[in-house]
Formats: sequence, C-alpha cells, structure tokens
Amino acid sequence: MSDSDNIIVDTTTRIFQDLCDPQTVNNAADDSWKQPLWDALEESGLTLAWVSDELGGAGVDITDGFDILRVSGSFASPVPLGETLLAGWLLSRVGVQPPTGMMTVAPQRADDRVTLGADGALSGTVRQIPFAANAGHIAILAHAGDAPVIALVAASDCAIAEGLNIAGDNQNTVTFDGVTPSVVKPAPDGLDARSLYMMGAAARSAQMAGALESALQISVAYAQERVAFGRPIGKFQAVQHNLAELGCEVAASAAASSSAADALQTALRKGDVFDQQIFLEVAAAKIRVGEAAGKGAAIAHQAHGAIGFTKEHILNRFTRRLWAWRDDFGGESAWAVELGAMVAANGADELWPLLASR
Amino acid sequence: MSTAIQFDPIRLPSEAEALRKEVRAFLQDEIAAGTFDPNAVAASGFNREFSRKVGAKGWIGLTWPKKFGGQERSFLERYVVTEEFRVANAPVRGHFTADRQSGPTIMKYAQDHIKDDVLPRIIRGECSFCIGMSEPNSGSDLFAASTRATKTDGGWLINGTKIWTSGAHNSDYMIGLFRTSPSTKENRRHGLTQFLVKMGQPGITVNPVVQMTGIHEFNEVVFENLFIADDHVFGEIDMAWKQATSELAYERSGPERFLETFYVLPELVRVLGNKPDTRGAEGIGRLVAQLHTMRRMSVSVNGMLQAGKEPTLQGSLVKNLGTLWEQSLPSKARDLAAFSEADPGNRATFEELLQFATMIAPKLTIQGGTTEVLRGIIARGLDLR
Repeated sequence: MSDSDNIIVDTTTRIFQDLCDPQTVNNAADDSWKQPLWDALEESGLTLAWVSDELGGAGVDITDGFDILRVSGSFASPVPLGETLLAGWLLSRVGVQPPTGMMTVAPQRADDRVTLGADGALSGTVRQIPFAANAGHIAILAHAGDAPVIALVAASDCAIAEGLNIAGDNQNTVTFDGVTPSVVKPAPDGLDARSLYMMGAAARSAQMAGALESALQISVAYAQERVAFGRPIGKFQAVQHNLAELGCEVAASAAASSSAADALQTALRKGDVFDQQIFLEVAAAKIRVGEAAGKGAAIAHQAHGAIGFTKEHILNRFTRRLWAWRDDFGGESAWAVELGAMVAANGADELWPLLASR
Repeated sequence: MSTAIQFDPIRLPSEAEALRKEVRAFLQDEIAAGTFDPNAVAASGFNREFSRKVGAKGWIGLTWPKKFGGQERSFLERYVVTEEFRVANAPVRGHFTADRQSGPTIMKYAQDHIKDDVLPRIIRGECSFCIGMSEPNSGSDLFAASTRATKTDGGWLINGTKIWTSGAHNSDYMIGLFRTSPSTKENRRHGLTQFLVKMGQPGITVNPVVQMTGIHEFNEVVFENLFIADDHVFGEIDMAWKQATSELAYERSGPERFLETFYVLPELVRVLGNKPDTRGAEGIGRLVAQLHTMRRMSVSVNGMLQAGKEPTLQGSLVKNLGTLWEQSLPSKARDLAAFSEADPGNRATFEELLQFATMIAPKLTIQGGTTEVLRGIIARGLDLR
C-alpha cells in the first residue's frame, strides 16, 4: 500500500468516525446527521474519487476507490457513496462532468435493461436501484439498439417507487419511460452493462469486507467484556472457536475483495479488457464475500446473544447491510451459476491454468 | 473501525510465470515417460529417481543461500514449483519435507560441518527427511513429549517412541524432538531439544502404521539406546520451544494446504460435462470461487513473507480455511455428481479419485496442527487469549 493510499483511507476513516459513528447514528431520532456527512465526503472529494481531475474529480486509482468503499462499509455507511462513485466513474469515462450531490446507477440487476429510443427518450423499468429515492441524478448504462450508451437523468424526472432493502435503506424500482436524458454518450469500446455489473459487484464486495471487519471487531470486544459463568465469554473455547471462524471469513473477504479490485484496475488500464480472468476475480469475490457475509453475520449474532438482535445495539447496522449488499449486483448463486458454466464450457483441463493465471 | 487482517493483492512476478512453464514442461515429459501417473493418487509419492531429477533442475532449495547450494530465488517462485507439482500429483515425498522444513531448520541451527554435509545432498534430491514430533501420548500437545535423551559420554542416548511419522521408512534423517529435562512449573514447554537423527541405524526400529486407504505413509519409530553425538544437537539444550519458528507461516500457508484433494475438482467438471444444469454449474462456481480465494490468500501470505513482513495470523487463517476446504471438497463433489449421466469411463476415474479423497479427508484437518489447535492460535491472534 503506498502512502497516497493511506492518506485516502485515513481521510475516509476520519470523516466516518466523526460524522457516522454507528452508535450515534443508531441513537439518532432522525436523519439530520446525514447531510453533514455527505457534505464532508463531497468537500473532501471522496464522492467523485473515480472522476478524473479535468472533470472536477479526485482521479484516484480504481483500487483506492475500492478502499474508500471498504472503509465506508466498516461504518455500515447508509449513504450512496458507492453508487455515487460508480455513477461518477461511468460519466467520467465519457468525458461528462458529474453533477454534485448524491447519485446512483442503473441497472443493478443483470436481467434489467434500459433502452434509448430514436426519439432520444428512454424506456424501461429497472428494479432494486439502491438509493434512487435519495439521489439527485441517475447514471444509466442504456442501449441504443445494441450499442451501449451512458446517459444521465435527473431523478426527479423518473417514476421512483417506494421500497426499502433489509437494512432499511432506499432501494427503488425506477421507470424511465419517456424520460429524456440531459446527456447521452456512446460507451467506450469494451465498456458495457457487464462492466457496470462487475464494478458494482466489486464495490459491494469491498463494502461487505469492511462491514465484516467491524462485525469481527465488535464481536471480539463484546466477548472480552461480557461476563457469564464468572468470566468473560471470550475465555470460553467454544466462543473463541466461533470467533476464529469469523476471523477466517473476514480474512477470505479481505483477500477476495482486494484481489478483485486489483484485477479490475488492471482490466481498466488495459482498455476495458474484461476477460475470463477478470470475470473469475470478480465472480469469486462476490461469491466468496457473499458467503462470508451470511456465515459471518450468523457468528457475530451468536456471539452477542440477545442484545445483538435488538434495535438499540449497533450490530444490526452491520449485519443487515451484509444481508442487503450480498444481493446487489448479483447474489452468490447468480454469479456461481455463471462462473460454473464458464468453467464447464472451458473443459476440465483448463481449470487449473485459469486459476494459476491469477 | 478496522481490525487489520490484511491480504495484499500480490501477483506472481514474471520470473515465477516463466518458471511455471519450465515446470509444466518437465512434468509433462515425466508423465509421458511413465515416471508417474497423475491419476494414481494412491501411489506412495516417494520416488528417489524423480527427486534426483527435480534436484538436477535446481528446484529443491530454490530459495536457499548460494553458499549452501541454493539459488536465492524468491518464495513466490518456490510457490509456483510447489503448486504445479502438487496439482500434477507428482511424487515429491523424497524431497518435499526436507525442502520445506528440515533444510531451513538445519541452516538455522546445525553446526557448519553438518550443513556442509547435508544441505547439498538435500538439494540434489538424495536426502529425505521425516519429522519426529508426535508420540503415543503427545499429539497436538507437543510439549508433552516424553521420548528421552539422556546425557552420556560425547552425546545422548535416546529411548522412547515417536508415532504418525510420515515417511520415516524412506527417510535418511529425522529431526526429532526429545526430552532432555523435565518441564518446569513456570514453563511447561521447557526441557525439549531438537536433534538430528540418522535413520537406519541399530537402535531405531521403524514399524508401519497403515492407513484405511491401504497406504503406508505413517510409522511408529522406536528408539532403544540410540546414541546421538553432541554435534547433532540443534540449537540450545532444553530450549526447542523457542526455536519454533519463523518458518511456521510458510509451512502453514503453502499451496499444499488446500490442494491435497484438488484432483477431484477437474474430474467433477468432466463428469458434469460442458453444459451442466443449474445445480451443477452453481456447485462448480462456488467451489472455484472458494479455491481461487484460498489461493489468492496463500499467494498473498507468501508475498508478504518475501517482503519481510510477518503475517503469522494470516498463515494460520489460511491453513485453517484451506484444510477445511480441501476436506469438504470430496463430499461436495459427491453431492454435485449424484445425478450425472456422463459416460461410464469418466465416471470410473471420478469414483476412484473420490473414494481415495474421501478416505484421506479426515487427516487433512489433523496433520500438522488440528483445526482445534489452529482456532486456538487464531483466537490468540484476536486477543481472546
């Protein structure tokens, strides 16, 4: 990790510590803490981390952006930082200066599609768009015929249905029928809906890895403090072994997500070369981190006993987002079916060479 | 809010990939020449002629200092050699233990004339090692070892029994852990000393312990008044516990810690065919994702070690996850293949490999540190102990 990475990580950590402390947020009567957090993120340039300098962004490395998301995940961040990063990345790729404010991206699901008609208007309904109801703008990977285009629309022009994910964060069905984008640009060669899907999956993997780190830390601290049968429960071997397993899941998540981030950076630097190796990296991250999210959340709750599943305790801020994020940009099963089909089509003898190539 | 369990996304350097090509070509030639059969997973794995050829290639002691005959190449290059040999099911028992563990211990603790004598022979693939740690009443609890080394004129007399000693029947030497003093109240790990034992002498009896697979890998090694000269002591008397070990992270995190049943996976892919159903595809996809992640963790630990870091906790995490994964692979493959209708020829190879893997699976989370011990080490790393 270079020094500049540390500065980015440190800045992100400081802002979230100051303005998104999980206990403070959990105790808050309303959402009034949200705007100061967003303003601080915006002022520091973190919201446009993946937007080039020329377009008013921070222009950091792809991996640095994923580090920002890992840190935001470690605070169970309930603001659309990942979505705004992705939107900024899409717009920056076609030379469009992003608007200020919260953004999100569409589509999120592999089977949803937005079409740009000859009249210049969009059509299509996309499901489960994270934070669409909070966003000022939506960056869209749409299709004009078969050609992928990147479009920007004002969220207020779209029909946004109410909806919440399991964490209680906005997740909305959005209908674009008849909406004329303020900007439309053809996507660069090699960049299409799959690219956005992969970047989104890697973003969620990084966020989940961060949330799992915190779930481990909270659980270990609780096990050290909570006394039962005359000693801290962390002194019981059964509890220690459970938490060791949680440590393994955290480790696997850290490795898989950072590897995918590194792979995507390479793919983008090579000029949007999303080959089988990159697919393996992203699929593996989303699958393995998603598995860790399920297993890790269960262990963290078991360690906490009853207090862990109360509203007043902060653990639910992390576990509910782990459960939510594992579904976004393709769940484990969806990615696994695709990865398995690819491996099978390649044939048995190509499996090891593919693995060893990473 | 961040607990630092970091895994740098380290990639293998280009020289390692060049070496991989050489290793693959060598293995293909050896398979073509009939030296070993990559599907004969039940074969003993000891083949001195093969080890000599590997030695001649310079692939034993690859990372060792040049003054001992090594090549001072990186641990990431060694990594590639290890994983390619493992995936090909090459017979590495004649040199693997010496290369991974015994050689580094000798370099650190042996007297110069022993280094000069033994290390070049290891590098040539002519000198195999076993590890004498476990005893009938001392397995995971290493420091309960009771095989005695009693001081005598010019050396030590060894009496007692080691067990589960892999490859003792094919080994030229053992590095043995023997009791030279009782443990103390303050330190129950006190009192054990490491010795270099030349095998095949009077005073040593090696009895086979055959596993349920029918394989003879383990042994019971009985010592009766075996004399070991003073210059064969490694490190300080009574202080073996201090000598364990900077090599531990390498030992725990290598590709052999998750690839031991790998052969099942390509055969599963073959049995399910080019277009598996949704269930089969998902099953393969998850296994491949898990394996890829394991490997990325393992490469990362080796890369961090190469860079001079000490990822001790990461090493234990990798071994725990890796051994559990390679252990679960056969049963997952069995489930996924339950309805396959691939041609009977393919299915036969799969069945054969699966049977063997199912029978070796239990040992994978026991050998070299049980899951329970590893979880304890991880818990200590998390400040729970």
